[in-house]
Amino acid sequence: MKCRKCGREAVINMRQHKLALCDEHFLEWVPEQTQRFIEKYKMFTRQERILVAVSGGKDSLSLWDVLLRLGYRADGLYIGLGIDGGVDYSNQSHDMCVRFLENLKSLVSNFNPTNDERRTTDDQPLTSDFRLTSESNWQPALHVVDIAQVYGETIPDVAARTMRGRTKPCSVCGLVKRHVMNRVARDGGYDVLATGHNLDDEAAVLLGNALTWNADYLVRQAPVLPADKPGLARKVKPFCRLYERESAAYALVRGVEYIYDECPFAEGSTSIAHKEILNLMEKDSPGVKLQFYLSFLRAREQGLFAERSGQVELNACEKCGQPTSAPGLCAFCRLWERRMTASRDE
Amino acid sequence: MVKLTYRNKQWELPAGMTVRDAVLKCGLNPEQVLAVRGGKLINEATITKEGDEIKLVAVISGGAEEK
Repeated sequence: MKCRKCGREAVINMRQHKLALCDEHFLEWVPEQTQRFIEKYKMFTRQERILVAVSGGKDSLSLWDVLLRLGYRADGLYIGLGIDGGVDYSNQSHDMCVRFLENLKSLVSNFNPTNDERRTTDDQPLTSDFRLTSESNWQPALHVVDIAQVYGETIPDVAARTMRGRTKPCSVCGLVKRHVMNRVARDGGYDVLATGHNLDDEAAVLLGNALTWNADYLVRQAPVLPADKPGLARKVKPFCRLYERESAAYALVRGVEYIYDECPFAEGSTSIAHKEILNLMEKDSPGVKLQFYLSFLRAREQGLFAERSGQVELNACEKCGQPTSAPGLCAFCRLWERRMTASRDE
Repeated sequence: MVKLTYRNKQWELPAGMTVRDAVLKCGLNPEQVLAVRGGKLINEATITKEGDEIKLVAVISGGAEEK
């Protein structure tokens, strides 16, 4: 199977696009497509500062790599959850993020396109150097927030104490990560928070919400969540139209090291089950996942899903200032208040 | 024979079929794996050769909201 662009041996066939590409052209294609979606959904501009939530996984590190190659000022945020699961998961994940930053220079030399500069759609050079051509003294940084160090407990500890989510800490994990990402983005003066959600993630969430017709969630699922409330950072998903297989292939071809192990608590998760169902359909009907997601976005744009009247009012949490629908403290701050109360009662 | 590995599982298949067919014969979904031979990504139409050792990399992850 030959590359559509140059006729060399292809490394990947993307059936949904009827497109096979060699390593060189695939490594061009992913940033080009990402830039196209950044512009189409008006995610951010070159003047804005971006905070990328990185977990050590293939999607977030690939996204960070792509944004840097596209010349954006993108820093990383790693949140240490204290998850071990017998594989030292959180420490391994953290190491991957640190190693990514340390290896930036070697990634630049690992692949040199035959033509060092490419023009993207907004006429900015796609360079193999991670420094912006206009600000040569800027270097990407990695912020690290270790939950146990800052708040005194790991995520599994909090989950066990609060019994939120019963046997799995996923509910607590999501609450904590959303809060910390928003806080770091806001306090660090970032214009936008980017996550590595890919099309498979979006389609799986969409399927889950469609199975229960959860209109509140359906209306809020989008490539961009605007900062429409005080204290909320704009959230974007630049990889939202990239298949998970393509994100993984990018990391492999590019030489981005990432953690292969999944979160130990992911086993049996609904989102993985939904992904498998969608991929069964995709195997026989290439492009069905993409169509599912794009048709949803079109329907949403045309008003098929509307905000319910009597929208919940948000106010600032008394302690942290982040928006909350609860009176007084937000759910995140209540987690730690309960811990202090429990300690006092012992 | 061709050796395929996926996580902690292993299969041996006759050479001469496409990678995609080999993946299907292992009971896996080609949409959920990438094939690596000699440290290099290979496309699904690649014909397997005698002695090939192919690592199948899982591409799906999930569970938590953030990546």
